[in-house]
Amino acid sequence: MTIESQSRAERLAAEPMRPAGPRPGFVTGTWRSVADLHAHRELLDLLIRRELKARYKDSVLGFFWSLAKPLAMLLVYYVAIGKFLGAEQVPGRPGGIPGFAIFIFSGLTAWQLFSDIVVGGTGSIVANSGLVKKVYVPREVYPLSVVGAALFNFAIQMVILLGATVLMGEIPTGRRWGYFFLALAVLIVWSTAVGLLLAAVNVYLRDVQYLIEILIMILMWASPILYAWKFVGSHIKGLLLDLYLSNPMTLVVLGFQRSLWVAGSDEPYPAGLGKMLAAALAVSVLALWICQRVFARLQSNFAQEL
Amino acid sequence: MSTPVIDISDVSKRFVIRKEKSLKERLVNFGRSNLHKDDFWALRDVNVTIGSGTTVGLIGPNGSGKSTLLKLIGGIIQPNTGSVQLRGRLAALLELGAGFHPDLTGRENVYLNAAILGISRAQTDRYFDAIVDFSGIEPFIDTQVKFYSSGMYVRLAFSVAVHVDPDILLVDEVLAVGDEPFQRKCMERIRGFQHEGRTIVLVTHSLDQVAELCDRALVLERGRVVADGEPQQALRVLRADFESTRQNEIERAQARATATAAGALPAGRIGWAAVVDDRTGEQVTEVRTGDSIRVRVQVEPEGSLSDWVLGVGLQTAMGTTVFGTNTQLLDVETPRLDGPAMFDFRLPDINLGEGLYTVRADLVGRDGHEIHRVLEATSLQVQGDGRSQGPLAVDSTFQRA
Repeated sequence: MTIESQSRAERLAAEPMRPAGPRPGFVTGTWRSVADLHAHRELLDLLIRRELKARYKDSVLGFFWSLAKPLAMLLVYYVAIGKFLGAEQVPGRPGGIPGFAIFIFSGLTAWQLFSDIVVGGTGSIVANSGLVKKVYVPREVYPLSVVGAALFNFAIQMVILLGATVLMGEIPTGRRWGYFFLALAVLIVWSTAVGLLLAAVNVYLRDVQYLIEILIMILMWASPILYAWKFVGSHIKGLLLDLYLSNPMTLVVLGFQRSLWVAGSDEPYPAGLGKMLAAALAVSVLALWICQRVFARLQSNFAQEL
Repeated sequence: MSTPVIDISDVSKRFVIRKEKSLKERLVNFGRSNLHKDDFWALRDVNVTIGSGTTVGLIGPNGSGKSTLLKLIGGIIQPNTGSVQLRGRLAALLELGAGFHPDLTGRENVYLNAAILGISRAQTDRYFDAIVDFSGIEPFIDTQVKFYSSGMYVRLAFSVAVHVDPDILLVDEVLAVGDEPFQRKCMERIRGFQHEGRTIVLVTHSLDQVAELCDRALVLERGRVVADGEPQQALRVLRADFESTRQNEIERAQARATATAAGALPAGRIGWAAVVDDRTGEQVTEVRTGDSIRVRVQVEPEGSLSDWVLGVGLQTAMGTTVFGTNTQLLDVETPRLDGPAMFDFRLPDINLGEGLYTVRADLVGRDGHEIHRVLEATSLQVQGDGRSQGPLAVDSTFQRA
């Protein structure tokens, strides 16, 4: 034995044995999962970069495409719903939605982030099967890297949205921003929870990724994104209305509109929106914890299912 | 016993082979789902402790659970029962191309791979030049890896894995893809690792590599460890196993040929083989370098046997053939046999170095198909004069030129 190998053996002898792979335990594992993720933050950072770089790697216009989609949607909805269907408030036609472009874009921006995280997160483990099968790292990094990349796109859209408010001269200021940050927190936590859960389920049942794309399309109409909240109250009441409002995404969209849509300051909002958002945040945090534990439980068989 | 770095206790791994995957199939077959499941035990009750600084070869036939065991050690899959415990930093080279993102360049993938192995960006910066230099693919480092050849993939992956200062290195069969100079470079690096007291677990089909590199070999067969110990001993177990598989295949082929009755293959077997002294004709198990011996083989035909070729060979304990000949090479007409008969190969003045040799005997039809083969028919201990090493004994001297 050489001196080097002896000192290595001594150093290793001082280290405790650790289990290969993910840590067991449903409740006790939480802290370990967090610590594991913290130890791999550099990897997370690289994966986010990769996510952003690889997406438009061989396209000429590159990042432009991540903006093209929401802008195209904005244009279509603005023309089709705002103009043709007459949802926009114009002089001589009261009862419409004032500042329709901003209204739609704030809702769409929130929804786009949700859809990016959930759809991207769902496919993330399968898409990264090459890495999952190579060496053990906490598998949460793959859905989380999708969250990071989606937040980056979200930030760009927010810049455009804020630019638009400046152009219109309707700059959101002051206490309205409280709604924005609260809603954003709910949005991130809730969508991460859903993304984590679906990422794990999708490994076992590949249909989920196709199903979720359709659901995202349908669920978009379950929140007041393309129509205003004031139209909802006149059509549904009681339990149905409670159900409508208990959708975290509905609250998030309302929170975004409450803060960014200055022209709609006088429009009606459900009573106690702030409290409801706070409650939604608490529920989302709980959901995130449960989803992470389910993910941790399911991940032990990822490699063999891929 | 050195510090254990890998501790595998009572590990079993079961794979469920499901034949359906989509929601529709599952719904349609709901309740009957057991019909669409197959259990497959990839590993059964494996207990292995690997000490720091050892190089372990995992060998066995295809599908015996070698790669599964390696993945369990890597933490990539989890055992159904038992536990796998580790110490120290682990680097794994498992599947070809796994761990690389095809759309990123070689450079970006090096950083990504290093991060997966737990190396910080700053450290990777330090190692980067060495990694690229070792891989020998510098001109392509800024090319997307999807344009790489499989050899280039392995070069880069191996290069990253050996530069991140691992305590445990897991290597699957991927190395075979590299060209010879690179493989040699890998072997040198692995020897360096051994010297530095790192632990290496190697899955390979190259038995010579195991004999050459490993201090210990595990033979797996259908998910169980059937031999564990010195590479020589383990290789013998594995070779005997391969031999019996082959023998079964030959018997099946003969049975098939007999069944079709069109052209029954000649059948027969080697009864026994022994080494006898050339002068006295008595059986010996130990000779000295330079002695003359005969290898006596008894052939037992089934019915009658003609057009046959008999061969013998001498192998070292590692399984390398040092000598072999047969009646065809010696240009001897073999007679038609109607009953058991004995034949001698005379080997005068054998120049074998000290060591244990095994004698192989085979019986082949003239058209080349095998009738019977005995890999270790008998063994022969050669006593040298202590003046040389290796299987070839040459009466050498030393003088000023």
